[in-house]
Amino acid sequence: MAGQQRIVITGIGLTAPNGNDLETFREALLSGKSGLRHTEIRYMGKQVAGLCDFDEFKYQSKKMRRRGTRAGSISIWCANEAKNRAGLNWETIDKSRVGVFLGITEHGNVETENEIFEMHQNNLDWKLWSPHHNPRTVANNPAGEVTLNLGITGPHYTLGAACAGGNVGIIAGAQQLILGEVDVALCGGVSESPQTFGIYAAFAAQGALAQNEDPTKSSKPLDKNRNGIAISEGGAIYVLERLEDAQKRGATIIAEIAGYAVNSDASDFVNPNPDRQVQCMHLALRKAGMQPSDIDIVNMHATGTGAGDISESQAVRVAFAESNKTFVNFTKGHIGHSMGAAGSLELAGNIPSLVDGMVHPGINVTELDPDCAIPNLVLDKPKEVKVKNILNNSFGMLGINSALIVKKFE
Amino acid sequence: MTTEEVRNVVLDIISDIAPDEDLGTIKDELSLREQLDLDSMDFLDIVMELRKRHKVEVPAEDYPKLATMASCVSYLTPKMQ
Repeated sequence: MAGQQRIVITGIGLTAPNGNDLETFREALLSGKSGLRHTEIRYMGKQVAGLCDFDEFKYQSKKMRRRGTRAGSISIWCANEAKNRAGLNWETIDKSRVGVFLGITEHGNVETENEIFEMHQNNLDWKLWSPHHNPRTVANNPAGEVTLNLGITGPHYTLGAACAGGNVGIIAGAQQLILGEVDVALCGGVSESPQTFGIYAAFAAQGALAQNEDPTKSSKPLDKNRNGIAISEGGAIYVLERLEDAQKRGATIIAEIAGYAVNSDASDFVNPNPDRQVQCMHLALRKAGMQPSDIDIVNMHATGTGAGDISESQAVRVAFAESNKTFVNFTKGHIGHSMGAAGSLELAGNIPSLVDGMVHPGINVTELDPDCAIPNLVLDKPKEVKVKNILNNSFGMLGINSALIVKKFE
Repeated sequence: MTTEEVRNVVLDIISDIAPDEDLGTIKDELSLREQLDLDSMDFLDIVMELRKRHKVEVPAEDYPKLATMASCVSYLTPKMQ
């Protein structure tokens, strides 16, 4: 980012439906391994979900897990993994200079539904409403649980950015570092959405809930026969630092934040706006001082909905019309839509390409929707490409768009 | 319920609320908070679970009567007949 401090990634901790660390997740993406399965959703019965199987009690006591939320537990796992992998000395670090910034699509639906369900099971006895409901459902809960777990006394908050949340969390972390508010940012996005009936029912009401007898084939972004979103949980939290701080402590630098943009459609509650998406990508490129042809991978948001995929495909075609060397992939065929985690998780899945020179494929396209045809779309098999720059799209309801560019550190 | 059964009811609830604790060594006459990592929110949970599982209501003024295992049993046994 021209004229600004350089911000680098020095650690990534994650949990995805098909992997609980970056190496496993990456291998699953390269080999086409799905993380989707069927699960029982309250009232609705069998539905597709992406569920994570990390060890909840590796970094958290059973009591704290019971008191907190699934999103908090996911955040605690990811944050611990990230700070360990970054090699931060947690004994000596000034914890008042560490901040936690997590993007979320929503938070509190799970906990509220559980309380209402319990009340209904007990003759509407409202006195059974848990005293933990408020601390569980305040919007900062996932980030706050990380500070409690790790003794962090710097700032913490979540960023409500619908399904752009994962990108927006990382962007917020970078901005706080640039502003000098913190020295270390633990930032990214998390989601506990498959634990809630309401989100399933709402996507079903919109005609946008993925259905398939084989859950691993249910999420079909860009396919002509796609039928909606497979809802997933997960998280990815990054350790971001200013370059000089990272170098001073001898940290291994994974990648550099090159540019970013967030804008708004101002046009519809749900339907996307490809013109604004193009503007968002171009604004991120400008901030990075790059041309479209500098981008080696565009990771699409590509959720598997009819309107969303067509809009974004159109936007990517326009935004990268001048480039014949930009490859395009998507991740939700493997893991479904991990909501607030999507941006940070999908970016993480592509970052190893800076080293291994492979573009992971999008999967489950058996008949490409002609309206979603994009040059250099990578499907089914990995593509070997020299990768220096990655642009990661994440878009959300109410017309929020985000594009985040990371580059190889040189 | 016998006093022993009431004691087991309380133990069951505490084991759910404080699952990391070893409940085998509880001394009935000593304060639960001195022996276990329990805070005021945990006691609210105990009250809640008594209401949910056994339809026993513990008014706020009686919360001190849940201080020890012995006082729990003494207080709850008449309510659980």
